[in-house]
Amino acid sequence: MNQENVLAAVLEAVTEFNEQLDADHKLELDTETRLLGRSSKLDSFGLVNLIILVEEKLNDKFDRSITLADERAMSQEHSPFRSVQSLSDYAYTLLSEN
Amino acid sequence: MPDSVMLITGARKGIGRVLAETYTERGWRVIGCSRQTSDFSHANYRHFVLDISDQDAVRKMMTSIRKDESRLDALINNAGIASMNAAMLTPIDTMRRIIETNVLGTFLLCQEATRLMQKNRWGRIVNFTSVAVPFQLQGEAAYASSKAAVESLTRILARELADFGITVNAIGPTPIQTDLLRGIPPEKIKQLLGRQSIHRMCEPRDIINAIDFFLRPESDFITGQVIYLGGVS
Repeated sequence: MNQENVLAAVLEAVTEFNEQLDADHKLELDTETRLLGRSSKLDSFGLVNLIILVEEKLNDKFDRSITLADERAMSQEHSPFRSVQSLSDYAYTLLSEN
Repeated sequence: MPDSVMLITGARKGIGRVLAETYTERGWRVIGCSRQTSDFSHANYRHFVLDISDQDAVRKMMTSIRKDESRLDALINNAGIASMNAAMLTPIDTMRRIIETNVLGTFLLCQEATRLMQKNRWGRIVNFTSVAVPFQLQGEAAYASSKAAVESLTRILARELADFGITVNAIGPTPIQTDLLRGIPPEKIKQLLGRQSIHRMCEPRDIINAIDFFLRPESDFITGQVIYLGGVS
């Protein structure tokens, strides 16, 4: 497991997530894609949905169960859910500790 | 709903066991769990031994369900423990155990089940409360307050999970012959039955009937509801 294949798994989850959406709401498959804030296409329901998919994908790929929305994530000054890259970085941190 | 998948907590004995037997016979694929092993065996049944307040154990079970079944259609949060004692004589560890099983366990199972249910945009969660809540029974502060929390949880989750196509409701049985009633004097049971509109003990068929109502596809507009049996309100 390394940062690259964690990012690849996150992007796979984004691809799966996009399959559920109409063209206007699909997320761009890019590390800088915003997941939170005004420039994000996601509402809170969509973000929950995406996080569930990412957790499942990481579990399938690395056989490890992590909770992305943990207390540490919630208490950080900069949310790890702000972009695809930050989400992937946070997932890598948790997987490395697990 | 043949071939649908149901998870029942506290499935080793009592109501949970009856529910496991009933729904496997009806063609559901049933997964049960409890803290001890079960002697129930059926082609449609699989049992996990775990404590429902143990997040790691619950997540492992859910991962196994996801990999083997790829879906979860219904969660019956039946597991619960009780303790009858005056509040001033209730050890804090007893209170903690009751909250952990009845509240934290119910919350955790709802959370984990939602991960699976949201994939199909369909799910039915049925929680268990008790008439001890509206009756405000003396001697049941720990149990009744834990079940009051389950009712709040049910109503709030109903709102939060509606967009996932998941309904969340609760059943509040009246006294029924299970281990939870062990130790309650017959005179006390008689008094409780006297406070119901229909003065008889609850039977498993009464609970199954209410669950069936919540499970029906046509009940997709019914969520956040608490149904007390026996005409209690």
